Amino acid sequence: MNSRRFDFLLILPLAIFTLAFLILPLARLALEAGSGPQGLAGFFVILTEARFRNSLIVTLVLAVLTTVATLAVATVAAQTLANRQFPGRGLLLSMLTFPLAFPGVVVGFMIILFGGRLGLEGSMTKSLFGTNVVFAYSLLGLFLGYLYFSVPRVLLTILAAAEKLDPSLVEAARSLGASPFAIQRDVVLPALFPAMYSGGALCFATAMGAFGTAFTLATNVDVTPLLIYTEFTLATNASMAAAISIALGLITWAALAIARSRAMRDTKGS
Amino acid sequence: MRRQWTSVAGIVITALLTLFLVVPVLLSVYAGLTVNYARGMSAGFTFDWVRQVWGLYSDTVWRSLAVALLTLALTLLIGVPGAYALVRRGGRFARAVEEIVTLPVAVPGLALALALILSYGGAGAFRQSTLFVVVGHLLFTLPFMMRSVIAVLETIDWHTLDEGAASLGSPAWRRFVDVILPNVRPGIVAGALTVVTLSIGEFNLTWMMHTPMTKTLPVGLADAYASMRLEIASAYTLIFLIMVIPLLIGVQLVANLTEKRTQS
Repeated sequence: MNSRRFDFLLILPLAIFTLAFLILPLARLALEAGSGPQGLAGFFVILTEARFRNSLIVTLVLAVLTTVATLAVATVAAQTLANRQFPGRGLLLSMLTFPLAFPGVVVGFMIILFGGRLGLEGSMTKSLFGTNVVFAYSLLGLFLGYLYFSVPRVLLTILAAAEKLDPSLVEAARSLGASPFAIQRDVVLPALFPAMYSGGALCFATAMGAFGTAFTLATNVDVTPLLIYTEFTLATNASMAAAISIALGLITWAALAIARSRAMRDTKGS
Repeated sequence: MRRQWTSVAGIVITALLTLFLVVPVLLSVYAGLTVNYARGMSAGFTFDWVRQVWGLYSDTVWRSLAVALLTLALTLLIGVPGAYALVRRGGRFARAVEEIVTLPVAVPGLALALALILSYGGAGAFRQSTLFVVVGHLLFTLPFMMRSVIAVLETIDWHTLDEGAASLGSPAWRRFVDVILPNVRPGIVAGALTVVTLSIGEFNLTWMMHTPMTKTLPVGLADAYASMRLEIASAYTLIFLIMVIPLLIGVQLVANLTEKRTQS
């Protein structure tokens, strides 16, 4: 068998599967989006109709806030954990990363246990101040839920980069009298930037598409994935749901593509 | 002494982060085993909730396992040869294919599910079967298996291995099965653990794609969170944790092993 034919046979199952279950369905989704009562204008409905536009704005703000907060916390934690040996380090790392496997619904439930009606934080404030503070079902609860599933992913990415950073560089900067902030700005963060871009982009993309957490928390905050779901199942408006899905997909894909090209440029530059 | 100030702050933030991630999990385990969560510890502990959950939802546990194993088998059949072909071809074509295959990581699960339902919703028997859910999981997990195998292929000299075996007269298929596959085993094992873990936890696609007869564990969880008392929801979560934590430990063990192997 010649090598070309062998390569063809190797890739054939992948090609058939991708064509039948990815490319054709996505094309079908695009067709559906353009076949609503508004025709091709349906694609822009996410921008023209106030209800959809507001939902997109809330989702974008939430995703950006989540990304910024996650990057900040994960960068601090990664530097604390990198190149430091102590008993129980492996266990600590597992505890910090196991929420990776939690579906969004479980994360939502974790936030309910934290700040829901019977939650830990509620009973603590009740015994301390006499009022049961419930935040799980608000925008804050949603934000904490997004933070919960974002931190483990991003932490792993940044930790891998932080462990490659030469500690003697930081030591040298310190002995030359650089302040902690100057060390961060000039030495540590530039080395972590590629990891922060790719981790941050993945975090943003996940936050934009997250559905389970908002679904469990049953908030009155209408994030876009929740809107797609209600449009499709409750309003049985498939073309509208398809149009919003495509807009959401394009935004997340673009964010990932931009971050990847920036990360590549930074790696080449240094 | 500023240096100490910053590392103390780092340790405090890391500790708070750990608490934020771990405390709710412990609360959930505790709530699943208490007689009455609202009354607290004084009411005592019981396995009754776990038993009740098993009676109500054990089918979702078995289905999730079946879906995960079937998804794994298919990612191996489709993804591993595909990954090898991409590395062999290389260049712009391989990059473009990888980009397309990786799309399901970027495109929200709901959108993919919607696309699949619009395309195959009419195919009654297929739409109703567990296989439909498996296709969704396959779409979502395939990039992880391929990435993991490609990463290993890029570190080994597959070209020399393949040529060496070819010069001994081994045909292409035998070389792939006997020479290349054993050499990419770490990548396959790491990919397999990731695929199973992701499949067991997949919700976004499954929630849209499932039928009352094809509920998986996370779908059952969503159901329990919405309609059952807190103790039952927690006991169900406990069962989920028991399924997932060994897999995660496996992922970490494999990662440590390969790290040691590359260092030595």
